[in-house]
Amino acid sequence: MMDGRIETRDVAAVPVGLIETPVFSRLDQISTAKQWGNWAGYISPLVLDTMEFEYFAIRNQSTLLDVSPMHKYRVTGPDAETMLNRMVTRDLRKVAPGRVAYAMWCDEEGMVIDDGTLFRFAENDFRLCCQESMHGWLLDAAWGFDVEVIDESHSVAGLSLQGPTSFSVLQAAGLGAAGSLKPFDLVKLEPDLWVSRTGFTGDLGYELWVPWDRLTKLWDRLWAQRAPWGMRAIGTHALDMVRIEAGFVAAKVDFQPVLTASRLGRGRTPIELGFERLVHFDKGHFNGRRALLKQRDTGPRYNLVRLDIGGFKPAQDALIYHRKRREVGHVTSGIWSPTAKRNIALAELRAPFGGEKTDDLWAEVYVNEEGRWDKRLVPVTVQTKPFFRNDRARATPPRAF
Amino acid sequence: MGQHDRYDAIIAGAGHNGLTTACYLARAGLKVLVVEKNDWIGGAAVSRSLHEGWTYSNCSYVCSLLRREIVRDLDLPKFGLQVIPYEGGATFTANGDYFAYHSDHDALRREIARHEPRDVDAYDRFSQTVIRQCRFIRPFLLRSAPDPTSFKINDLQELLYLVKRAHGLGPRELAETLRFWTMSIGDFLDEHFENDLIKAHLAGSGIIGTGLGVYSPGTAYVLLHHYMGDVDGAIGAWGFARGGMGAISKALGDCFEAAGGTIFTGSGVERFLVEGGKIIGVALDNGDEYRAPIVASNMDVKRTFLEHTDAKDLPEDFTRAVKRFKIRGSSGKLNIALDALPDFPAAPKGANFLRGDLHASESLAELERAYDDWKEGRWSANPYFDMLIPSQIDPTMAPPGKHMMTVFVQYAPYALEKDGVCSGENWTEEAKKAFAETVFDKIEQVCPDIRSKVVHAEIRTPRDIEREVGLTEGNIFQGELTFDQLLFNRPVPGYANYATPIEGMYLVGSSAHPGGGVMAAPGANAAREILKKLGKGAAVAAEAA
Repeated sequence: MMDGRIETRDVAAVPVGLIETPVFSRLDQISTAKQWGNWAGYISPLVLDTMEFEYFAIRNQSTLLDVSPMHKYRVTGPDAETMLNRMVTRDLRKVAPGRVAYAMWCDEEGMVIDDGTLFRFAENDFRLCCQESMHGWLLDAAWGFDVEVIDESHSVAGLSLQGPTSFSVLQAAGLGAAGSLKPFDLVKLEPDLWVSRTGFTGDLGYELWVPWDRLTKLWDRLWAQRAPWGMRAIGTHALDMVRIEAGFVAAKVDFQPVLTASRLGRGRTPIELGFERLVHFDKGHFNGRRALLKQRDTGPRYNLVRLDIGGFKPAQDALIYHRKRREVGHVTSGIWSPTAKRNIALAELRAPFGGEKTDDLWAEVYVNEEGRWDKRLVPVTVQTKPFFRNDRARATPPRAF
Repeated sequence: MGQHDRYDAIIAGAGHNGLTTACYLARAGLKVLVVEKNDWIGGAAVSRSLHEGWTYSNCSYVCSLLRREIVRDLDLPKFGLQVIPYEGGATFTANGDYFAYHSDHDALRREIARHEPRDVDAYDRFSQTVIRQCRFIRPFLLRSAPDPTSFKINDLQELLYLVKRAHGLGPRELAETLRFWTMSIGDFLDEHFENDLIKAHLAGSGIIGTGLGVYSPGTAYVLLHHYMGDVDGAIGAWGFARGGMGAISKALGDCFEAAGGTIFTGSGVERFLVEGGKIIGVALDNGDEYRAPIVASNMDVKRTFLEHTDAKDLPEDFTRAVKRFKIRGSSGKLNIALDALPDFPAAPKGANFLRGDLHASESLAELERAYDDWKEGRWSANPYFDMLIPSQIDPTMAPPGKHMMTVFVQYAPYALEKDGVCSGENWTEEAKKAFAETVFDKIEQVCPDIRSKVVHAEIRTPRDIEREVGLTEGNIFQGELTFDQLLFNRPVPGYANYATPIEGMYLVGSSAHPGGGVMAAPGANAAREILKKLGKGAAVAAEAA
C-alpha cells in the first residue's frame, strides 16, 4: 500500500517539514493567495484566492477541498462493532452498513478524546475519520477483541465537495448515482471510489474517498465540470466559517482533546459540549459511561452554547459576563455570518449559565479601530438551533442548486 | 363595509420600502394590509421570468445599500434572502484595452500603474476620502432627518447629534464634506486622478440614476450614495441577491405574512380617502374600499399627491412644492438571456473581474456628451452602461451553461424627442428597438459576438418603468438625489419626518429621507415614526457599530 509520507526508495529518511498531498500541484497552480497551513503535517490551503469568495461559493455554488490529511483508521473483524461500540458514546448497532455516524469517544472520566465520523462499509468493516492521531488509542481499545486496526491516514485520500450545486457537479462528472444518497448515506459508486453524503458545512455536500494515488485523477474529473456550476477550490479558513454557522465544534478550538492537554481540568464531556443526545446509556458499557451517568445526575460543569451576539463585530475570544459584571465564560469561535446576517459564536459558559441561566448575558468585544481599541459590551442570546439551516441540505433527491 | 375591511394600517404599494414598513408595523401587533397594483410584489426589486429558464432582475439589479440592521431585525435570511458579493469590474476601450477594477488591492494597484503610475497612490487617497465621508453619513441613514427650522425637541436632539458628528470631523473634513455634497464627480475625480480611463470608470457611480452629467454639481454626492452601502461590513461593496432582486421583496413579503399581515395584489390605490384632514382609508382601482386610521404610501411623492390625492385635501404650498420636486427619468435597461457566455477578447480568459460591473465609456468627456443627448430629449448616441452577468455567480438565474445579462443604460429620456416635440408617447416599439440597437452597438465594443448569443431581451425605457413600476418618469430614486432635495428637504421642506399634511398619512418610499436605492431605510424610519406616534415603543433598526 502506498504511503504518502515515506519515500520508499529510501525508507530511512522521513521528510522534515510539511509534505504535499497528491493534489498539491493542482492547488499550487490555482492559488493566488499563497496562504498555506499545516494540517496534520501536510501542506493545506488556508485560502486559495479570497476567503470571502470561497465562503460564498460554499453557500451559493460548490467547492472542492482536499481532506486527505484527515486521520483515517480502518477497523475490521468479527468484533468490530462491539469494540467500537465500547469505545464511542453513541450506539453503533443502530448505524447500518452504508451509513455514516458522527461520534465522540471519551476516557474513563468521560472526557472527550476526539470526535469524528464513523463510516460503516459492511457489517464488520468500519472507518473512523478524525482530527487527532488515534492509532494508539484504537489499538488499546481493541485489546481482547477480534479486530484489525489499520492506519489508512496516508493511503486513503478524500475530497470534500460541498455546496448547493455539488450534486450537479457530481452528475456532470458521471456520478449521478449519488443522487439517491440521503444525508449520512455511504455507497461504493465505482471500484475504489466511495461517496458519502457528509461534510462539515451543514449544507448539501458529499465526500469522495479513493486510494491515495487515485486522488489526482478524481480531482481532475470533478474540476473539469466546474464551469457551469461555479465550483471553486477552497482553503480551510472558509470552511471554518461555515462550520461555525452549522454549529459544529472543532477539536483544539471549541474543546481540548483530553489526551493532548497538558494542564489539568481542560477535558470536557460530551454532555458539556452539548451532545448528550449522542450518549446512549442504554447500550451497555462504553468508555466513560460511569462518569457520564454521574454527570447526567449532577449536571455539567460547563455548557458549550451557540450565541447570537449584538453588534456587527466578530466576538472571537470575547469574555462573557452575567449582568455585565460576573465573568462566566468566553467565546471559543466567533464570526459575522454572511449568510445568517448575524454575529454568531460558540462559547463555553460555566454552568448553570448557558443551561438554566441564559438571561442577562453580555459579551465584551474588543475592536481595533485603526490603532484605537474600543471595548463594547453587547447583549448575547443563547440559541438552540444552528445558525445556518436550509432544507436543500436534506432534500433527497438533491436539488440542482 | 364590514369589520374585515378595517385595518390598523394600510400600505399603498408593495415595493421594498412599503413592505419594510408593513413588516415593522405587523410585528408591533398592528393589523396591516398591503395593496399592490401589479399581480406581483416588489416594485422595482423584482425577479421575473419572461423567457422560460431565465430569471431577470428586471429593474434594480445589484444590492449594497440594504441596511444590515433591517435585515437582521426582520431576520430576512430566515425567509430565504442571501446576498452574494461580486468581484471587481472593468471599463473597456474601443482600441481593445481595458481598465480592470480588481477586488484584490495589489492587483488593482498594478493595474492602475499600467495606465498611470501617478494614480496608484491617488487611488488610495481617493478611497480614504470617500470612506471617511461614508462613515460620516452612514449613521444618518437610519435616523429621521432633523429640520433646523423646527424647534421641536426631536429635531433639536437630532440636530445636536448631527453637529456632534460634524464636529468630530474637524474643520478641514467638514469643509470637504460640504464640498462633497455639492460638487460634481467630474471635478472631484479631476482633483485626484490623471488618467481619463480610470476617471471614467470611477465616475459611473456619480451619475447612475440621475438626470445629471458628470460635471453637474451634486454628482459627487450621488457617488457617495452608491458607496455608502456594504456587503457584510465591507463598505462600498456590491452583491447579488440570490434569485435576483425579487428575493429581497419575497423575503420581506414572507416576513410580513408570517407576522400576520395581508397582501392584496392586482389592484392599486385609486384614491386616498380623506375626511376632515384625516386619512380614513383607500379606494382601489377595482372599486374595493378599505379603512384604516393610518395609511402609508410607498408611491413617490408626486404620484401620491398629484395623482391619487384630492388637491383640496392638501395645502396649496405643499402641492406646489411637490410639483417642483425633481424626478426625471434618465436611464433605461436591457435584460438579456444569453445562449452562452459572450467573448471578451480584450480580457484574459476567465478573469475574475468579468464577474463584476462592466462598462465601455472611456472618458469624462464622453460621459458628458452622453448627457448632452439626454438634455435634447434623445437617448445617448454613445451611451454609458453598467453591465453584469449575474448568472456567473448565481446558479438560479439561467440554465447551466447559459447566462443572464443585465445592462443598465444611461442616458435615456422619459420624454423622447421626435420632430421637435418631446413626449413619452414617442417611445414606440420602433423607438425602443432603435434604442436597444444603440446599446448593442456599444456592447460590441466589449463583446463583439454579443448579438449572436442573444436568446431574448427585455427592453425597458423610463416610460416602461413608469408604466410598470409606477415610478414617475421612470426615475429609479423616486426623486433626484441633489442637495436641494436631500435630508430635511426630502421630499419637500417641512415634511422630512415621513408625515404629510394629511393626519395619519405617511410617505414611506424613496422620495423620503435618505432616498433611493434598495436600502429599506425610508421604510424602516417611517415605521419608527408611525410607531412612535402610536405610543408603541417597538424597536426599529438603528445604526449599530
